[in-house]
Amino acid sequence: MIPRSFEYSAPGTLDEAVALLQKLGSDAKILSGGQSLIPMMKLRLASPPHIVDINRIPGLDYITEKDGFLRIGALVRESDLERSELVRSRFPILVDTTSVIADPLVRNQATVCGNLAHGDPANDHPATMLALGAIVVAVGPRGERDVPVENFFPALFTTALEADEILREIKIPIPPPSTGGAYLKLERKVGDYATAGVAVQITLNNSGACTAAAGIGLTNVGFTPIKAVKAEAFVKGKQLDQAAVKQASEIAAGESHPVDDIRGPADYKRDLVRVLTARAIVRALERVKGGV
Amino acid sequence: MTTENSSRTSTVPETDSEEYSSVNPATDMIDCKLSRRDFVKTVGYFTGAGALGLQLISVETIVECAPLEFSASAHTVELTVNGLVHKLTMDTRVTLLDALREYLKLTGTKKGCDHGQCGACTVLVNGRRINSCLSLAVTHQGDQITTIEGLSGGEELHPLQTAFIEHDGFQCGYCTPGQICSAVALLEEARRGDASFVTPDLAHTGRVELTPEEIRERMSGNVCRCGAYPGIVQAVQTASRTL
Repeated sequence: MIPRSFEYSAPGTLDEAVALLQKLGSDAKILSGGQSLIPMMKLRLASPPHIVDINRIPGLDYITEKDGFLRIGALVRESDLERSELVRSRFPILVDTTSVIADPLVRNQATVCGNLAHGDPANDHPATMLALGAIVVAVGPRGERDVPVENFFPALFTTALEADEILREIKIPIPPPSTGGAYLKLERKVGDYATAGVAVQITLNNSGACTAAAGIGLTNVGFTPIKAVKAEAFVKGKQLDQAAVKQASEIAAGESHPVDDIRGPADYKRDLVRVLTARAIVRALERVKGGV
Repeated sequence: MTTENSSRTSTVPETDSEEYSSVNPATDMIDCKLSRRDFVKTVGYFTGAGALGLQLISVETIVECAPLEFSASAHTVELTVNGLVHKLTMDTRVTLLDALREYLKLTGTKKGCDHGQCGACTVLVNGRRINSCLSLAVTHQGDQITTIEGLSGGEELHPLQTAFIEHDGFQCGYCTPGQICSAVALLEEARRGDASFVTPDLAHTGRVELTPEEIRERMSGNVCRCGAYPGIVQAVQTASRTL
């Protein structure tokens, strides 16, 4: 339970951190909350020769609304979402998500951005960010660039970040009125990864039909977080009555690619996606109508 | 001999002052040269009035630790624990938990799973409860760390400690320091109005009413193998009414 030896640096600015990453290349690993990295290092599943601790960089722990986006800085902890009035009033789906991640102790250290940067399809925020149409802001020696979250997870435990880039911010478009979202997860016990999880975000037009902005994301039922694009296309323009919800959830289940493991057989998980999708759509509709 | 008893009643017992004047619990423990006799005295110091002294100490005390000669990647950090500053040179791999237990000999904080799953190692860092096993000691330069040893005011227990005794919130006691540290932060989070998974109304931002359901959810990071949960929930609820 002791990691391999590593060098440790705690840069005081983003520029210094990027310069270090540039110098060290793939030898470096960024430490933010460390709640996935440190266990992996203890199990020696990861043995980075150099840890670059970004926790000493000031000004990265912001949750703000600016230029049409909710912006979550690199050092925002999961528990910060649970106490942010902005998030609670405008993005209850984010509270749904954070409150089922690990346990309160872990959430006090784990960061939201780290939850994406780790690239684990079992993590919960990726599905939610897919449903919300979030944008990842990466900073590196060539400056900043925006990566739509649907392009951020090319493969298992892989992200679109280059070795010398840092995930600086997550940008979430401020949704129009008549929008609601929900994240539902089944876990065997507190602290477990999802057996399956589903995030749904929908916006209704004046006649009560679903607009093109619908987003559906799936957790831990594939090698990457899954954007259920067929289900999204299906709900577009539809009145979400019982039959439409049923059909959408069946389509979403068909887009999942679960495997048999200790959390259950693939068929069970696929059916779980169906059930959770239906429930998440219903919950999202309740929130459109003003419920939290 | 009544040294243990006398040490519980005053910081520097008059009856045995010469012996005690040579005792500096912090340095004695760090040198790791404790005799059994010193150990007993030190325990007395920490569980007795001495703990109050530690908590109220205003002058920073710097304790030098011998550098690790065998470590390829040693790093020096100043850890502020229960009001005392300790300058430690450690392998970068040392977790906050191991720094507390193995370097500072503050063994109140327990190692359970060493994996962030059980909560036995819960401490407060700048008022936030965290798993000290999932945090590297070198990352805590300048942070205010509070362990179970820093909660009581000497003879006067922290209200949560009293409530755990009153409600039998433990059996073997191994998870208890973590449970209590966790509950201390929980009460502050509830006072501040933080939401949890079972909070019915996210729009409500005032103080959270700590129902048994809320307490169970909020204590879910601290596992008790003896199953003392009913007592733990009652203890936290009682303390929430008195604090």
